[in-house]
Amino acid sequence: MSTDNVIIRLENVGRTYDVGETQVHALREVSNSIKRGEMLAIMGPSGSGKSTLMNILGCLDKPTAGRYSLEGVEVSTLQKNELARVRNGHIGFVFQSFNLLARTTALENTELPLLYAPHLSSSVAREKALQALSQVGLEGREHHKTNQLSGGEQQRVAIARSLVNNPSLLLADEPTGNLDSRTGEEIIKIFIRLNREKNITIILVTHDPDVAAIAGRRIHLKDGRVVREERK
Amino acid sequence: MNIWRTSKISLRALSRNKMRSFLTALGIIIGVAAVIAMISIGNGARSAVEERFNAMGSNLLFVRAGSREFRGVHSGSGSFTNLKAEDAQAILEQCDAVKYVSPSVSSRGQVVYGNKNWNTSIQGVGESYPMIRNWEVTEGVFFDESHVRSAAKVCVLGSAVKTNLFELEDPIGQVIRVDKMPFRVLGVLKSMGESGGFFNRDDMIAVPYTTVQKRLRGIDYINSIDVSAVSADKTTEAQRQIEEVMRVRHRIAPGAADDFSVGNMADISQGAQEATGILTNLLGGIALVSLIVGGIGIMNIMLVSVTERIREIGIRMSVGAREKDILLQFLTEAVTLSVMGGLIGIALGVGASRLLSKVGGWTTLVSPGSVLLAFVFAASVGIVFGFYPARKASKLDPIEALRYE
Repeated sequence: MSTDNVIIRLENVGRTYDVGETQVHALREVSNSIKRGEMLAIMGPSGSGKSTLMNILGCLDKPTAGRYSLEGVEVSTLQKNELARVRNGHIGFVFQSFNLLARTTALENTELPLLYAPHLSSSVAREKALQALSQVGLEGREHHKTNQLSGGEQQRVAIARSLVNNPSLLLADEPTGNLDSRTGEEIIKIFIRLNREKNITIILVTHDPDVAAIAGRRIHLKDGRVVREERK
Repeated sequence: MNIWRTSKISLRALSRNKMRSFLTALGIIIGVAAVIAMISIGNGARSAVEERFNAMGSNLLFVRAGSREFRGVHSGSGSFTNLKAEDAQAILEQCDAVKYVSPSVSSRGQVVYGNKNWNTSIQGVGESYPMIRNWEVTEGVFFDESHVRSAAKVCVLGSAVKTNLFELEDPIGQVIRVDKMPFRVLGVLKSMGESGGFFNRDDMIAVPYTTVQKRLRGIDYINSIDVSAVSADKTTEAQRQIEEVMRVRHRIAPGAADDFSVGNMADISQGAQEATGILTNLLGGIALVSLIVGGIGIMNIMLVSVTERIREIGIRMSVGAREKDILLQFLTEAVTLSVMGGLIGIALGVGASRLLSKVGGWTTLVSPGSVLLAFVFAASVGIVFGFYPARKASKLDPIEALRYE
């Protein structure tokens, strides 16, 4: 068993929401494992449960059934504060709407996760943020504020922010959804490069087949279940 | 996340909405300034009262003839005529806690100089009276023991009488008529200012008490004895000694009521200070209420701020901010507002009390205690009223917060 190579293990993961009297099953019995350095795409129409799965993978939410372990740590039983620690140390998020702090420089946005990292001096944080920004090709734009950057540049800041804590897992939720196709392609290229050169595990949540095409493995969700899995 | 970083984040957030931050802090600024200014007015009144009493002599005691009872009917205080100048002499000789004594007999009369005349109070006192009452003679001299012994027709003028009779003329050596008798002016007293507005302490003339007794009123008793103790903390001791001497001299049997009464200035002064203390507390209390209102203003704005920044909170949580971090961030913002407001309020409050004393002529006294009280209260208001919004922010669900438009 090459368990050390598996960073995510899902066993019969389910998520139900209580809506008044009835229960809504957003996710049912999802089992899977993801290896280090893998690029995975989660696909499905809206309402298929892909956002729910992403929230659970990103430790923003907890499954109501089954087990989820990240880097060998059972995270489905952790408390809110412990989940925050896991997000801070192991997970990077890239969102469709960038989710950068307004009127704040690229550098400060990139530093944000390190602000909440324990025992880290501000000079080290600055160094790491500058490094992350150079990885996404934003040298010279560090002190531009969010509103002075184009959409593509903003998404690159978001990628830099997700990289700054050396995460085990980079989660991208429709990362090209708000970008034109050319800019979107540039962003996709960054993901490919990070995956190949830095061996970063990337999970893309998308309904765009062109984006999903870059992933080595594609999981299709429907009504909260995995209905199909494809490999390149 | 440490306090220093949190403060930096808070300061930046506050500086984004400068006008709003200022208006929010204004509630605290006014509250703190009001507390400091009000307490300074109260303390000023207190110290003014204290100063006036000190000017009269803080170690001052007085012996008055008691109330006379005749077949169950009490006459007013001082109606006994058995207080004598010899009692004063005995007190001076037998009480070691006593430094000066002066018999005192008062009268009123018309004083005339040239074509001017003036009705004033005539105070018959001993030669040591200026030492007891802290009187200062600005021109000429006070009368001495020989004048008292010979019941000389000499007088010292209160500054108001001097102004009314002599205007700018030099009164020393001049002769004025008091009840048609000629009196030589020996000196003029320094103005003592009005005391409480009821009577003018400068509107009087001082003459030897023997002169009042023999030449003006034809009596052998005195109205009261003014005594000064050797020091302020010896007044109680002096009072006890005086009572002892007086009871022996007046042959009062053990258990019988005194035919005299001994009072001291410290008691009166303390009463007056207690009254102004109540005033200070009242003013300060009203001002503190305005600080609480300022705190509600902070809470209001912080609630708005949290709602506006739900997305930001979601972002921070997604990158690993814990509940504690968010709580601390918003609490620090509220406290920063109140502390800044507190500091500006201190400056404004001190400035206002300076202005009141300069322009308004009020005595104000800014005490470090009131500054500390106002500041600590302002900071606590920030913590108390900032806590609810900050807690609300920290309890947000990151997923919903990220989705919030």
